[in-house]
Amino acid sequence: MHISKRDGIATWKAWLIRLIAVLIALVVAGFVIMMVGSMRGVSLNPIKVYMSMADGAFGTSSSWMITKMRSWITIRDCMILTCIAIGLAPAFKMRFWNIGAEGQMLVGAIGAAFCMINLAGKVPTPVLFLCMVVFAILAGAFWGFIPGFFKARWNTNETLFTLMMNYIAIQLTSFCVALWEYPPGSNSVGTINGAGKPNTYIGWIGNLFKKGFDDDYMIVVLIVLFLAALMYIYLRYTKQGYEIAVVGESENTARYSGIRVPYVYMRTMAISGAICGFAGFLAVSAVSRTISIDTAGGRGFTAIIVAWLAKMNPFVMIGISALLTFMSKGAIQIASDFGLNEYVSQIITGIILFFILGCEFFLNYQVHFGKQKQ
Amino acid sequence: MNGFVSFLTSLPSLFQSGVIFGTVILFGALGEILTEKSGNLNLGVPGIMYLGGIAGLASTFYYENLLCHRLNIAPNPVLCIIICLAATFLAAACGGLIYSFLTISLRTNQNVTGLTLTIFGSGIGNFFGGSLNTLAGGVGQVNVKVTSELFRAFSTDLVKTVDGWTAKLGFGLGTMLFSYGFLTYFAILLAIFLWWFFKKTRYGLSLRAVGENTATADAAGINVTKYKYLATCIGAGVSGFGGTYYVMNYIKGTWENQGTIEALGWLAVALVIFATWKPLRAIWGSYLFGMLYWAFFYIGGLTRSSQELFKMLPYVVTIFVLLFVALRKRKEDQPPMSLGLPYFREER
Amino acid sequence: METKQDNKIPSPIDQQVPSEVPAIELKGITKRFGSVVANNAIDLTLNKGEILSLLGENGSGKTTLMNMLSGIYYPDEGEIFVNGSKVEIRSPKDAFDLRIGMIHQHFKLVDVFTAAENIVLGLPGERGKLDKNAVAKAVREIADRYGFEIDPNQKVYDMSVSQKQTVEIVKVLYRGADILILDEPTAVLTPQETDKLFAVMKNMKKDGKAIIIITHKLHEVLAVSDRVAVLRKGQYIGDVPTSQASQQSLTDMMVGHAVSLNIDRPMADSLKERLRVEHLTVKNKEGVKKLSDVSFTAYGGEILGIAGIAGSGQKELLESIAGIQHVEEGGNITYIDPQGKGIHLEGMDPLDIIRKGILLSFVPEDRFGMGLVGGMNITQNVMLRSYRKGAGPMLDQQTPRKLADKIVNDLEVVTPDINRTPLRRLSGGNVQKVLVGREIEQSPTVLMTAYAVRGLDINTSYTIYNLLTQQKMQGVAVIYVGEDLDVLLELCDRILVLCGGQVSGIVDGRSITKEQVGLMMTKVGGGE
Repeated sequence: MHISKRDGIATWKAWLIRLIAVLIALVVAGFVIMMVGSMRGVSLNPIKVYMSMADGAFGTSSSWMITKMRSWITIRDCMILTCIAIGLAPAFKMRFWNIGAEGQMLVGAIGAAFCMINLAGKVPTPVLFLCMVVFAILAGAFWGFIPGFFKARWNTNETLFTLMMNYIAIQLTSFCVALWEYPPGSNSVGTINGAGKPNTYIGWIGNLFKKGFDDDYMIVVLIVLFLAALMYIYLRYTKQGYEIAVVGESENTARYSGIRVPYVYMRTMAISGAICGFAGFLAVSAVSRTISIDTAGGRGFTAIIVAWLAKMNPFVMIGISALLTFMSKGAIQIASDFGLNEYVSQIITGIILFFILGCEFFLNYQVHFGKQKQ
Repeated sequence: MNGFVSFLTSLPSLFQSGVIFGTVILFGALGEILTEKSGNLNLGVPGIMYLGGIAGLASTFYYENLLCHRLNIAPNPVLCIIICLAATFLAAACGGLIYSFLTISLRTNQNVTGLTLTIFGSGIGNFFGGSLNTLAGGVGQVNVKVTSELFRAFSTDLVKTVDGWTAKLGFGLGTMLFSYGFLTYFAILLAIFLWWFFKKTRYGLSLRAVGENTATADAAGINVTKYKYLATCIGAGVSGFGGTYYVMNYIKGTWENQGTIEALGWLAVALVIFATWKPLRAIWGSYLFGMLYWAFFYIGGLTRSSQELFKMLPYVVTIFVLLFVALRKRKEDQPPMSLGLPYFREER
Repeated sequence: METKQDNKIPSPIDQQVPSEVPAIELKGITKRFGSVVANNAIDLTLNKGEILSLLGENGSGKTTLMNMLSGIYYPDEGEIFVNGSKVEIRSPKDAFDLRIGMIHQHFKLVDVFTAAENIVLGLPGERGKLDKNAVAKAVREIADRYGFEIDPNQKVYDMSVSQKQTVEIVKVLYRGADILILDEPTAVLTPQETDKLFAVMKNMKKDGKAIIIITHKLHEVLAVSDRVAVLRKGQYIGDVPTSQASQQSLTDMMVGHAVSLNIDRPMADSLKERLRVEHLTVKNKEGVKKLSDVSFTAYGGEILGIAGIAGSGQKELLESIAGIQHVEEGGNITYIDPQGKGIHLEGMDPLDIIRKGILLSFVPEDRFGMGLVGGMNITQNVMLRSYRKGAGPMLDQQTPRKLADKIVNDLEVVTPDINRTPLRRLSGGNVQKVLVGREIEQSPTVLMTAYAVRGLDINTSYTIYNLLTQQKMQGVAVIYVGEDLDVLLELCDRILVLCGGQVSGIVDGRSITKEQVGLMMTKVGGGE
């Protein structure tokens, strides 16, 4: 057997290989679920399993109300995952391993929650939203800038640095949760400005246009689509995006062409962190209306995989996020339908990602069997 | 000032807590050091620790509570330990094998693959852990009493004797040093073994060469692929013991899904940096991390919120080490040069 | 599959083969890379207990030939005999089993390991044990036997280049090599270190080892070798016992008679001062002087050639003018703009230079390492220098696209798709056309090129020569760093010869002879 690098591959072939990988993954995941089920004495039919998953994600076998709600929730969660991945795109394009999205998102969430708790009712609502967004973005940008600065200045290892920043952010979040605990003793912040509390629904994004309406999922979708388009344009059609690509490909060429590499590192990481921070704002204002260490819930890590698999293309990210969100929503449904627990979603996500990751090999390399040519 | 005095008197107790958590971290870190020495940065350590922990628990659960129960015999202590450790090692090494196959043979990105392994491993761990809980009739009900006690057994005579010698000091040195289960000491021995292996054997030398300069190692006739596979799989197996140690020694043969294993897994990755890839430094580093983890508990006058800030310490310290190492530029303290890089001989 | 390796040091008595059988015999060795013939039907013998110099200019095929002995390349045609029997050398391991060891120019050492650790790396040893004292003892024995100075416990990162080289040589000896090939070992050494190396080589010779040393420094050839074999442009020119050779006769063999290339060399109407370099000194990261006290002036309307053995400071010279290298205190680089105003470039980075509106173009030597982005298409590469133009944050893609079209049409660049195909997938000649085309399209007043025709076929090379001459006639000051003396002599108006980071002389390109330049390259001033 001999392996050689491919010169390139037709787009349709590439997508065919990926499709096959996803299909195999689904079959394997189906088998795993069956196996798991049989161990628990539940006999599962794979088709039924996937129908159950569809029900979990889109409420296909439920009433119209539930269908609508579940679909919206799935779409919204997909969009938030995409938003984080969009934030990672510029860093990865620069070959800067920003593993710190989880932390950048959390500090963004802290910024937004801070404004929601302390400014609600004291400033006009539009100003409050502005503050929430600005605080979230600044906090995230700062969290991204720090590892960028140290990489630029002293060439510290960014993978390990950003990883550590996550856990500092998690502890910072725990600190804020303890600080803002409500009701006392609950060890959580509770729903901020929730029903029956002062400043009801203030700072909830669904409440931006229609008072008292808290489930306007469309706003999130529109914002993230807009961000996706913006990032697509930024990376492909702006001078800064071009600089990022050159630095990512070759630092020496970048220096030769007059790009100040350290500056680009810091700027790009601030942008990357800012968008992840903004995702934190969305998670607080549009989803949970509270803050806890689960506000990011591992999505900062999942988004790394999404961004990487999408090759930094924001629109492809939507597709991959959709697949992963579908799987996790579906798996939770399987769990409740068949008496398994919800962690089955992580198993399935893991299996699918292993296959998609592995199939990239066949896009980049050719495998020749038989005798090696000299 | 009062707080300080109370802190001092609680030091022995803090040390004990530190050793328990520290050993979990130490196993994780030792495995990861072995893996990283081959140039593989495996961010799947938390997932691997989950795999190890659940395999250790589930295997003994089946042996102790189902098999022995059905046959109506008393569990054999030796078998309990062998089954538990073998299952742990195998399951965790399988995690390493998935990672190795993807990153070495299929040349996938190491960071992304490792993170996926963490998702997968924590899924497996918590899924089966949850199932075991259900099976046993509720959280905290899974109980591999015999095995767990075997893991936590220590010589009370020894502890008492040494405590007696040091009674005048106001604390029991015996309790501080000898009141832990055998895996605690095994971890220390393992660290010493790894040090010896890296420094004193040709295999260790070859392995380090693979991680430092893969092309040079290849040119010297070292089978790079073999070394990477073996180091990563065995390393994963070692990390897996961390999960089992947590399950058997800390939560006493039960399962909980509050993500503590994951948090400790990331601390293990941090500890590798803190120890600058040196097994011996990882020993005291792990106890320090364990103590930093629990420090908030022993420092008087902290509010609940400021306790959370204290828990940041291990990570903050790690960042400082990262910075310090980058600034000091001491060659011996740097990460293996090829860490995280894929290797393809025909790459031009 | 691992075979047992014998790592005890063999002594000449072990050899059962009669001494008149040559250690190595090459018969009709040919190696092609694509359409380029790197070695053409070469016959070469190496006798036991002999030091053979393999002499030739850069690109004459010396390293390629030796790489076929060390198992890195496999010949297309021809036969190799070692100690009289025909062999196949397909991998470095095969070579090592035949007791052939090559010391490459780029050392293969692990930085954080000690000398001893590097030396035993990959050897099985006794039951896997790493007995550092035993290894150190064996290393010291080898060192004493041949007169090396080596500390087995020193870390490689603490070593000077010559110490690293020593480790490489000892590594090869430790593994039992009888035939040693040294690829330009002196290129990185000081004269004192060179003397030491030669002493060691003579000791190894006495011990019965056969040694090939690749070099292009004539005085070294005369100092160390028994016999000289000369390659020129992939051809075997001949061999001569060193005792019968002189610098002059070797130069003649190496450079050959001047070949007429018929490169057009018109005279410009007037010369204008464009760039003045005074007392330029550059040190590398390790603090070693790469350029010392270099001064010259480049004029618009002429091509200033820069000749010199590879690594004589050419790269540092161009990079310091382009603002990429740090320049030592006291050196001045003055750019004279079209209005006649002088601007100091020292201390500026490339962005400063662009912002000052300085029209300086630079074709660097390592195209993809610096100058081009392999993963990007032609248009994206064309905009590398000019993407900042235009107000606002958006990238102007239209102008570069037109420019890319123009370059592709004017220079006949062959590409599947200007806007899609990444540059890395084009052939070397097409890549170089894009790079040169882009730099010329900036309408520079100073145009610097480093090895602009390296690896290119004849036609593309002529295209580049013509472009440079056109630029010269338009009043551009062209600086041409080259390696082929024939080209330098026909293309350039003046030639600056560098030797070991110093200016060996600046001569008139029309009246100087190839031999004179060759001598100046090897010795400052070129005098006998």
